[in-house]
Amino acid sequence: MSQPVQIARLGAALALAAFVAGCGPTTTPEGVNDVYEPTNRKVFGANQSFDSAFGGGGSGPDVPGPLAAATANLASTVQAPSHVVNDVLQGDVEDAVHNSFRFAINATLGVGGIFDPASSFGLEERENDFGRTLAVWGVDQGSYLVLPVIGPSSQRDLAGMVVDFAINPVRYTLPVEEQFWTLAVRAGDEVFDRLRYSESYDSVLYDSADPYAQARSIYLQNRNFETSGDEADDVYIDPYEDLDF
Amino acid sequence: MSISTPMKTLISDTPTRRGVLAGLGAVAALGLTGRPALALNTQEAAGLISSLVAQINAVINSGRSESQMIDEFERIFLRYADVPTIARTALGPAARSASAGELQAYTNAFTGYIARKYGKRFREFIGGEIAVKSARAVKSFYEVRSTVNLRNEAPFEVVFLVSDRSGRDLFFDMYIEGVSLLKSEAVEIRAMLDRNRGDVGALAADLRRAG
Repeated sequence: MSQPVQIARLGAALALAAFVAGCGPTTTPEGVNDVYEPTNRKVFGANQSFDSAFGGGGSGPDVPGPLAAATANLASTVQAPSHVVNDVLQGDVEDAVHNSFRFAINATLGVGGIFDPASSFGLEERENDFGRTLAVWGVDQGSYLVLPVIGPSSQRDLAGMVVDFAINPVRYTLPVEEQFWTLAVRAGDEVFDRLRYSESYDSVLYDSADPYAQARSIYLQNRNFETSGDEADDVYIDPYEDLDF
Repeated sequence: MSISTPMKTLISDTPTRRGVLAGLGAVAALGLTGRPALALNTQEAAGLISSLVAQINAVINSGRSESQMIDEFERIFLRYADVPTIARTALGPAARSASAGELQAYTNAFTGYIARKYGKRFREFIGGEIAVKSARAVKSFYEVRSTVNLRNEAPFEVVFLVSDRSGRDLFFDMYIEGVSLLKSEAVEIRAMLDRNRGDVGALAADLRRAG
């Protein structure tokens, strides 16, 4: 791919991010910004049908532990360069170094990423993504979104996904065919997670009184945790004081 | 301990069977009416959660059946969590208009529901280990951070919030990777209440089947 095309693509992704950031906050009474709720609910319903068509809500196959572990390790390794890029964009030197060493060790001693010796050296996975980078840069989360197949997201996180795809170093270093395999590994990892944590997923998707509201609450709380750092005391509810929560 | 003095006095002054019984009664009364004047501190909050996670670790690595584990979790939950406060907070404003009987039935149903639901969830931690990492005071309560180490998984964080405001040292919320039990259950219980057209009695019946 030529340099100008790459730059144009990156520019388009950043423009999308800027557009998303421009969308003003409109919140529901419970403090959730979900302006597309009717559409989101339809997509959520379609995703549930998709999930149950593949056996979700029933008992799925048991994935052999070594296969699941190898897939998770590979997925972690192919995403590590992207984590490092976002660490750098956020000015997080410690995590950038941590994730670089993790990648170097697992890509070599870990036989191309199948094993995870880095974790035993204290270099555990520290995920990062451009949605978090946008948060660090002060971009508003925008509205909650439900994406087809992928599931819960937000305007900021959707923009982040697009930018992560555009700026992923793997795209500039590996041949196209191997890029395909990195995506296949990541998709496989998601499927294995769905199977491994089937009870947790099923309890949200099929056993909740309002699965849509439950999935939205969990996604937004978890993203808030991932983007707000360690000292986020104000998220805590004190039921002895906030009697009307 | 502050209870040793009155007990010793009672026993030594009247070394009779009745005196000993009175002493034991005093111990029991102190045990029931709760805590000494000392307020909860960081070390005690961390100690409470250490003992809680030791019990959870024992259950998830006990090799028992799921239903036996759920019974154990219900027992642990009742001992370590401020169940009435969690239940009332999850219910929200409807708690104020409900009758005392309805609220009691709801709280009982909620306890079993939580034990079943989170019991199944903890089953996914089998073979893992939870370890307390740190504790600190936040506002009027304590935050105790722990790490869950599972095989083939990046370690993740579970935070317990501990308070003595109920009269005992108990946890009132648990955050798994930033997801609050209290907030998630508020979403769930209020959706269930809507499904039962605001009837707390019907909600309790619904909860006994859920989880």
